Amino acid sequence: MFQKQEVAASQEAQAPLGETTRIYIMGKSYDVPGGLTILKAMEYAGYRLVRGVGCRGGFCGACPTVYRKAGDFRLYVGLACQTGVEDGMYLTQIPFYPAPKPVYNLQQLSPELGTILRFFPEIVRCLQCNTCTKVCPQSLEVMNCIAAAQQGDFKRVAELSFDCISCGLCVSRCPAEIAHYHMGLLARRLYGAHLIPRAAHLQRRLEEIEKGRFEEELIALCRADRQTLERLYAERVIEPEG
Amino acid sequence: MVDEEKKTLAYYPGCELRTRARVLDSSARRSCESLGITLQELKDWTCCGGLVAQVKDNYMALLAPARVLLQAHRQGFKELVTLCAFCFNTLRRASYFLERHAEARRKVATFLEVETLPQVRVLHLLEVLCDRVGIDRLREAVRRPLKGLRVAPYYGCLLLRPAREISLDDPEEPVLMEKLLGALGCEVVDFSSRTDCCGSYHIVTNQGAASQCARAILHSAANANADVLTASCPVCQFNLDWSQSGNGDTAMPVVYFAQLLALALGEPMERLGFDARAAAALERSAAADKGEASREGG
Repeated sequence: MFQKQEVAASQEAQAPLGETTRIYIMGKSYDVPGGLTILKAMEYAGYRLVRGVGCRGGFCGACPTVYRKAGDFRLYVGLACQTGVEDGMYLTQIPFYPAPKPVYNLQQLSPELGTILRFFPEIVRCLQCNTCTKVCPQSLEVMNCIAAAQQGDFKRVAELSFDCISCGLCVSRCPAEIAHYHMGLLARRLYGAHLIPRAAHLQRRLEEIEKGRFEEELIALCRADRQTLERLYAERVIEPEG
Repeated sequence: MVDEEKKTLAYYPGCELRTRARVLDSSARRSCESLGITLQELKDWTCCGGLVAQVKDNYMALLAPARVLLQAHRQGFKELVTLCAFCFNTLRRASYFLERHAEARRKVATFLEVETLPQVRVLHLLEVLCDRVGIDRLREAVRRPLKGLRVAPYYGCLLLRPAREISLDDPEEPVLMEKLLGALGCEVVDFSSRTDCCGSYHIVTNQGAASQCARAILHSAANANADVLTASCPVCQFNLDWSQSGNGDTAMPVVYFAQLLALALGEPMERLGFDARAAAALERSAAADKGEASREGG
């Protein structure tokens, strides 16, 4: 049931031309070409989506969708731009998953377990059901990320949640009412602001800029004519890769 | 003696040992290293489930401990060593329950998407030390005998009860910690509250009640003239320690058994995370012992 995306991809490739799939959007039936994604099917049916749609490539997290299948009481979820339509599918799209989102001043927080627990006490309720991991369209180890947070391991939370697109599908399925993506964001911010060692070369460069080392060159550039700028651009030294 | 092939043991630290009880983790690891045991930490381990897992009519609550046992099995282990008494209790009881309840086993296995749940034996480091390493070998490994240190070995609930499910030691007259501390050269004191409850999670909702439990234990140890009290559980350690703040009538250092073990095995004291009160008590007893030795010598 959670292998949706692979199924969708193969259906798109295999669906014979001219075959239609019957879906229901907000209760009304539509016959749409088979193999479409939920997003394309809704547009085919005449919906103009201004909210709850973004990159269409499975990366922005804007199109989480709730659906049901014929004869199945379960609620399924997926990204509308990544999930293929099926016969008898009932669709409801919501613009985002509401989850408690705390407001904080990052500079006043310290990178310790207590900070995470203050804003997200529900993480200790995790049952290890792993549903969050199964539903993640980014294939992140969401449950392990919560485990790392419980252990106060900010580096690991940051690494495990780095590719999170904040679609909120994990939140929609969590029996412990955890707001995984907001928690991950706080952990990454704490890690970035307080734990990663400052880059020494950046500090040096900032000092150079403040001392005015590049002023002259910048002023010269600002005063240069188009021809000079074009020549400089063509002759610029590009940093070698690697 | 540890068998050659059993020298590497799968190890499950538990979340507390990553945060407040780091010193229990580090002192036990150092001790095991000097005893030639490798504690190999499970990869990607998750919370044991704590108290929730003990709700037996709710299979969801068994997922956390069952998942930890499955992780150990998948990483090639038949046994799993724990240090935190809470994790130990949760994992050992869940394992006991799952072994005996086919329905629970089937449902949890289905949820975890495995054919069958593996059987993984959950051990506490105390039993590894006493039964596998052996008291004689431990005694030989001691570099700095803690002579003259009067220790009150405190077990609390979770190492011992419920007795049938846990079966680590006698629930009324436990001996594991006494045997271990005796091998380290400590003078083990007998005190009546060693298996009483510390108040556990009541500390969160009813501090008065928890404090009352803790203070009865502390007084019992103080009356037996103990220099320090040893625990194996981060919650007990916290309750017993915290209950003394602001109350001047006991000043009983509460340390983990693993800290004393590492100290006796020759680890430098300053690396073992003793608080000021414990460090002072240890230095006092070491000085008194030296005085005694020089009097005997002279």
